[in-house]
Amino acid sequence: MSQAAAKGKTMRATIVQAVANAMKVEMERDEKVLVLGEDIGKDEGVFRATEGLFDAFGPDRVMDTPIAESGIVGFSVGLAIGGFRPVAEIQFMGFVYVCVNQLMAHASRYRWRTRGRHKMSMVVRMPYGGGIHAPEHHSESYESIFAHTPGMKVVIPSTPYDAKGLLISAIRDDDPVLFLEPKRIYRAFREEIPTEAYTVPIGKAKVVKEGEDITFVAYGAMMRPTLEAAEVLKSEGIKAEVIDLRTIMPLDQDTVVESVTKTGRCVVVHEAPRFSSISSEICALINEKALLHLLAPVARVTGYDTPMPLAKSEMAYLPSSQRILKAARDTLAF
Amino acid sequence: MPRKVVFEGQIEHLQILDENGKVDPEIGVPEGLTNELLVEMYKEMLFFRRFDKKALALQRTGQLGTYASLIGQEAAQVGLGYAMNEKDWLVPSFRDQGLMMLRGVPGHKIITYWNGDERGSQYDEGVNCLPICVPVGSQLLHGAGLGKALSLRGEDAACVVCVGDGGTSEGDFHEACNFAGVFDCPTVILIQNNQWAISVPRHRQSAAPTLAQKSIGYGLHGLQVDGNDVMAMYQAGKESLGRARKEKKATILEAFTYRMEDHTTADDASKYRPAEELELWSKRDPMRRLELYLREQGCFDDALLESMEKEVTARVAEQVAAREALEKPDPTDTFRYLYGEMPPHLVEQMEEMKESLS
Repeated sequence: MSQAAAKGKTMRATIVQAVANAMKVEMERDEKVLVLGEDIGKDEGVFRATEGLFDAFGPDRVMDTPIAESGIVGFSVGLAIGGFRPVAEIQFMGFVYVCVNQLMAHASRYRWRTRGRHKMSMVVRMPYGGGIHAPEHHSESYESIFAHTPGMKVVIPSTPYDAKGLLISAIRDDDPVLFLEPKRIYRAFREEIPTEAYTVPIGKAKVVKEGEDITFVAYGAMMRPTLEAAEVLKSEGIKAEVIDLRTIMPLDQDTVVESVTKTGRCVVVHEAPRFSSISSEICALINEKALLHLLAPVARVTGYDTPMPLAKSEMAYLPSSQRILKAARDTLAF
Repeated sequence: MPRKVVFEGQIEHLQILDENGKVDPEIGVPEGLTNELLVEMYKEMLFFRRFDKKALALQRTGQLGTYASLIGQEAAQVGLGYAMNEKDWLVPSFRDQGLMMLRGVPGHKIITYWNGDERGSQYDEGVNCLPICVPVGSQLLHGAGLGKALSLRGEDAACVVCVGDGGTSEGDFHEACNFAGVFDCPTVILIQNNQWAISVPRHRQSAAPTLAQKSIGYGLHGLQVDGNDVMAMYQAGKESLGRARKEKKATILEAFTYRMEDHTTADDASKYRPAEELELWSKRDPMRRLELYLREQGCFDDALLESMEKEVTARVAEQVAAREALEKPDPTDTFRYLYGEMPPHLVEQMEEMKESLS
């Protein structure tokens, strides 16, 4: 149980329940918080991420929108300028491409464009990633596009506790936050989390496991296979340090650099395609700030540079603990 | 079940002041438009025309970047601009400097922006206007969302969002009209149909006979207005803004007008636009007809015109001087306004830029 959960009232929640609870407590606290998206009202979201909100807050604050993703984001930009804090849901990350103009040309640069006059207090939530045997366009992991967009913040939790705390931080943030939810582990496990509001800071990674021999850097749904690989290594007497990035923009450079400076070995894991990705960025960061501490080249275990395969082949595409372990052993043996 | 008509729609065209300066006797001069106010509106139209002429001259002499002139569309912008209330908001596109200045954006901001300086998009608190929006159609959704925000806040205010005939082809036009209808947004979608989207004529943007009729598909009100008739634009603005504030209903206003200049200073319209067309539209000039009307009313003469010319020329010069007085922008500002709190990687990069500039 986490420290915060030790005090006060707690609840056992999955990631998706933590997400719904974060919105609920923030909507209770601040009437400017609105939720909008497709099927998020009476249906409570296709993953039930907006459970209980429509009944509690009604159609003016929980808006079922027409099926138009660019519309959802562009409308949210207008609502944010008008003083609200919209939390928009895109049903699946594979449908976010039509919002790219609104996110890249407007949401991310409105504060900048107006030299600080119009802040962009909005969150765009969406489930991302593979592993649930979903149809085409339902398993993408394209966070790099948005991490590459100046002005965006990109947050990816991996636990119920972080999901709630980070989403609350995102809702209270005056900058646009893309909040990517690892749907593969939406209901994979429960955690004791406070029922009240609390925040987890955006831009801070978490050292999930301390170790001296090798550093794993991962986030989102890849934390589980990464931790499994670390457990196997532990049984062999190898102490791995495991970092959960939690935010990929802005990236917590210090935590990564400190760890790699200590261990000299690093494996970066994500399910997104490899080229021009977060792992590319981590490699560049280590090159710039920890090169002389390296004992082996930085290894990458990632999705491949192809579209996400359909269900029959997706497990071959997604990094597994075996692939992570293989990369770690190669790194350790270098 | 036999076939039956399940829906019938129609679109009106509104003209009050004709090309010869005659007011339609049945409609009459819209309520509130006194001769005094009409003279003032004429003066604003003249100011916008002189402002744009000056901007074009500055561009030709290398003192301004690309510029999009509104010449030909003065009545559309002044008519609607005067129909707006103080609390109303404007979400402009990129050829709406007339409307923007009527909302309180100083002219020097417009030319600062087009001169490649972001400070041109920083307006003071209280100026209910969003910055110039370049990507043609994306601002429409902001207009719908901001309208909804005004309504949710319980304000007696509406939002005007601008688009051109070309912008109606963008997907965001569809999504914004749809959202404006579904969410009861107090938003007026102003289409300034100036007949050309750079080099592509209006009929190649849509096979629909009018752009106003697109309103029917979204359950919105729609009206085509003679965009060169300042009285009709004022009247249409009053009606649609009143409906927006009171009934929370959106309207598509198609201002049927003409772009008398090139698309921007980077364009040469003579390559694609027939000269006869320009001639035809010159006869429909929005200022000429108002001048004819006011002369007939006995409240406009050469002496007044001369004094107006002097006044607006001085106002234009003032704005140009204000821009020139602006200190050079600090390039490191690009880091300062991106996030509420500057993240460490930007702190580093800002230092890097500073060093490269020292």
